[in-house]
Amino acid sequence: MTEGKVTGLIRKVSGPLVVADGMRKARMFDVVLVSDKKLIGEIIEVKGDLASIQVYEETGGLGPGEPVESTGEPLSVELGPGLVESIYDGIQRPLDVIRKQVGDRITRGIRVPGLSREKKWEFTATAKVGDEVGGGDILGTVPETTLVEHRILVPPGVAGTITKLSSGSFTVDDIISELDGDGDGTKHELKLMHKWPVRVARPYRERLTPEEPLVTGQRVIDAFFPIAKGGTACVPGPFGAGKTIIQHQLAKWADAEIVIFIGCGERGNEMTDVLMEFPELTDPRSGEPLMKRTVLVANTSNMPVAAREASIYTGITIAEYFRDMGYSVALMADSTSRWAEALREMSGRLEEMPGEEGYPAYLPARAAQFYERAGRVICLGKDGRIGALSAVGAVSPPGGDLSDPVVQATLKVVKVFWSLEDWLAYERHFPAINWLTSYSLYHDSLEAYFRTEVSEEWGEMRATTMRILQQEAELKEIARLVGVDALSNRDRLILGTAKAVREDFLHQNAFDEIDTYTSFPKQYKMLRNIMTFNRQAREAVEQGVQAEELFALPVNGEISRSRYVPESELDELDEIEGKIGSEIKGLIEKRVGAEEPV
Amino acid sequence: MVKEYMTAQEIAGPLILVGEVSGVKYEELVEVELPDGEVRRGKVLEVNEDTALVQLFEGATGVSVESARIRFLGRGLELGLSRDMLGRVFDGLGHPKDGGPQIIPEMKRDVAGAPMNPTARDYPNEFIQTGISAIDGLNTLVRGQKLPIFSGFGLPHAELAAQIARQAAVRGAEGEFAVVFCAMGITFEEAEYFISDFRRTGAIDRAVLFVNLASDPAIERIATPRMALTAAEYLAYDMEMHVLVILTDMTNYCEALREISAARKEVPGRRGYPGYLYTDLSTLYERAGRIIGKNGSITQIPVVSMPEDDKTHPIPDLTGYITEGQIILDRVLHRKGIYPPINVLPSLSRLRDKGIGEGKTREDHANLANQLFAAYARGKEAQELAVILGEAALSPEDKAFFKFADAFEDRYLRQTIDENRTIEETLTLGWELLEILPLSELKRVKPAQIEKYLKNQPKKAEAA
Repeated sequence: MTEGKVTGLIRKVSGPLVVADGMRKARMFDVVLVSDKKLIGEIIEVKGDLASIQVYEETGGLGPGEPVESTGEPLSVELGPGLVESIYDGIQRPLDVIRKQVGDRITRGIRVPGLSREKKWEFTATAKVGDEVGGGDILGTVPETTLVEHRILVPPGVAGTITKLSSGSFTVDDIISELDGDGDGTKHELKLMHKWPVRVARPYRERLTPEEPLVTGQRVIDAFFPIAKGGTACVPGPFGAGKTIIQHQLAKWADAEIVIFIGCGERGNEMTDVLMEFPELTDPRSGEPLMKRTVLVANTSNMPVAAREASIYTGITIAEYFRDMGYSVALMADSTSRWAEALREMSGRLEEMPGEEGYPAYLPARAAQFYERAGRVICLGKDGRIGALSAVGAVSPPGGDLSDPVVQATLKVVKVFWSLEDWLAYERHFPAINWLTSYSLYHDSLEAYFRTEVSEEWGEMRATTMRILQQEAELKEIARLVGVDALSNRDRLILGTAKAVREDFLHQNAFDEIDTYTSFPKQYKMLRNIMTFNRQAREAVEQGVQAEELFALPVNGEISRSRYVPESELDELDEIEGKIGSEIKGLIEKRVGAEEPV
Repeated sequence: MVKEYMTAQEIAGPLILVGEVSGVKYEELVEVELPDGEVRRGKVLEVNEDTALVQLFEGATGVSVESARIRFLGRGLELGLSRDMLGRVFDGLGHPKDGGPQIIPEMKRDVAGAPMNPTARDYPNEFIQTGISAIDGLNTLVRGQKLPIFSGFGLPHAELAAQIARQAAVRGAEGEFAVVFCAMGITFEEAEYFISDFRRTGAIDRAVLFVNLASDPAIERIATPRMALTAAEYLAYDMEMHVLVILTDMTNYCEALREISAARKEVPGRRGYPGYLYTDLSTLYERAGRIIGKNGSITQIPVVSMPEDDKTHPIPDLTGYITEGQIILDRVLHRKGIYPPINVLPSLSRLRDKGIGEGKTREDHANLANQLFAAYARGKEAQELAVILGEAALSPEDKAFFKFADAFEDRYLRQTIDENRTIEETLTLGWELLEILPLSELKRVKPAQIEKYLKNQPKKAEAA
């Protein structure tokens, strides 16, 4: 620790990789400043005197002989008030501040702290002088936005007795509290912010199994392939299948207290879309703009490739920090394939032996490390508060091919798989999540929640629906060979019901004001109506009523328009259930009446 | 005070390894002078102690280790810019090619360009009317979008790109319009088609052309799109024009990139293309867009010819992941004699919903488009089914969809090469086609819209 700053000289420049000489004392993953332009880089390999450095900025114009200086610190993020509503690049430089400094284009050698040093925050102490505190204990709170109460924590690894603590107006750099270390005379000075290295997972007291779903308002997800709070999910799919829209929908509607959205090597306009839309959209629960709970990390595809590699770590470290406050945090990474490609590019330049498709052999291990940082935990600190970090990663496999190494490495660790397929997208069935191949491993752990919070019959209804969809797939194969007319009346009923499930329940329009979000009570009533129809129709079919007659009933139109019923008028859905009963009954009576004279 | 080196050590493909250099910087511009006085340009790909690896844009033919005089210029590749570039034709490295005088630059800019700050971007949301129903109605182009045409050999992508360039207009909007045309490795005839089309319609006066033909050095193609986009950025953000950039053919560009990668003996990614192809392509495509507070915009139409019509080939695949949608041309439609042969089902414009609707086109546009998509998809499915079962075995609804799909191709997709339909004509046509379908199947449009726009409402489906 004491050797301090190490300096060396550039020997080789090849793309984002710089090799420097005279770096024997430098440590792996320390941040270095490259050349007089002071470009930020990170040591990723040390061989004798030579250190390989990945540089987070464009390296054009660098050459041998220029200086390299190690800062002696690993790549870290600043954690404190001011994170929410920010938009950062891959190494936590605020993009809006950069724009004010250098204009519309990102130039090099800009050093801006992640948190504003000028802004003052109103800190209210909740602990008091004389308290014994340890890592994770809450010192006080700062109202960061109207939605987020920022809890100021004692950083992990620090403990002692509070000797000084006061409420008031502070910048993140002011000292708000002093601790007397555990009797050995060490004094800790605490500020509103602290730093944490991005590649190290933040500690917690205990890991718990998830038991509550992350409600997303997306019917196919919530009803059939739910993700738990503290769970992990993966969305692979070819381009144009709607990965980004799903990620945006989750970022908008998921019932998390904090949302971290990482645009990793994706389109610039998509980040702009988020930036313009989120301040306008209101949170359905609080009525406040969604931006007030969102942190954006944007390293678009044309920004330096090495910073793209760092961006997902920057994002998840910020997410862990909010988890440690006891919040439910949802993190979306779009797209982890671009992160893997950045790894591959650096690996190639380091001349490492490639694994599958040129990806480095350590890709699966790195992916697992990332997703394992999600979870539901008892946080550090005496109050035993519970925080959850849910992570959803998009994967963009070439040609939609799921044998892609990044998809495979991801599927190994995540518990939910939403399989996006382009043929569904061509039919404009959105979200284009294939109901037959997708899965969620959280059904069992969430069972209790669904029973008490949604309905006793929810689990069974879901199973029945899945069975009908499964049967539809089989029947469609047969119908392809012999024609629909050759199927039995009962099979035609199954086809019709499955169609209703697909078109009236699974299909959801993200751009329609009402349809874009469906609460659990509404989802339950919508699905219940379809299933009620199915059950009663089956009885009618037993009585000889033709499936076609049943699907010609006017109530079918009402079922399919249920999605446009506002959340405040859910009684309408109960009325529809009543109509289903009476209309089908009418048909049965007509049929029985017609037969009786014979 | 530029030093001259005569220390070339190796020449492999378009690459020269120069030894005993000092002070050389990564990505620096290099001049190589041959004994006969010819000067070729290149850039530094890698510096390692006292050796520099240089890539020559015009290839290494005729360069010898002994006689090459190499100068490092201490700056990147630059392009001189001026408003006078309009109406001119340049080669792939920015030299005039039309016999006219050199332009007198107002300023010079490095062609590499710096990435746009995402917070400086303005979201593209202005509808561009191209006069082509398949695009305007279903896969709408908006100002500042990058929307590639995925094509195959022998398909009319050149005609389509030229038609878009000719007809594209933002309705009721002021502002100057310009076209930047960038040809990479296309044939003389194809380039001539564009040039003569621009001349015929007078569009040449507001166009800048950068032309690298199939016969020109392949490596030059790496610089050509950067030249064109630098010119486009100047016109858009300095001259405040709305610029449409046509890049054709990106496949040739990627092949040139692969050539360099192979010469450097890099570990290849898929199909021999370098692992950084995605990043490299994004530095071109992401130069489309709008900037907050600037009046100009850059809209890109790259043309990608898909080898073997394979959408999963790395070039169209990676392009599709960067661009905001794609227009896919289809060989079957082309054989049926339908122009433009746009297969609307896999085609997509990601920005469509931002550019249409009330106040932009019409309030029913989005729902109508979704309905047409769904109905055409179902119609195609019915047609496939009919191949197996025979048309007679189809249900009455399927028969209606079958008929719809044919009518859709014949009336909605098909138009002539000079036909410029207004958006109202396109929308009306869509509603006319929906008359073929039973009312109960129109689930994607709202009842009020049916009331308002569906002219001859078919009688309610009568129960048997």
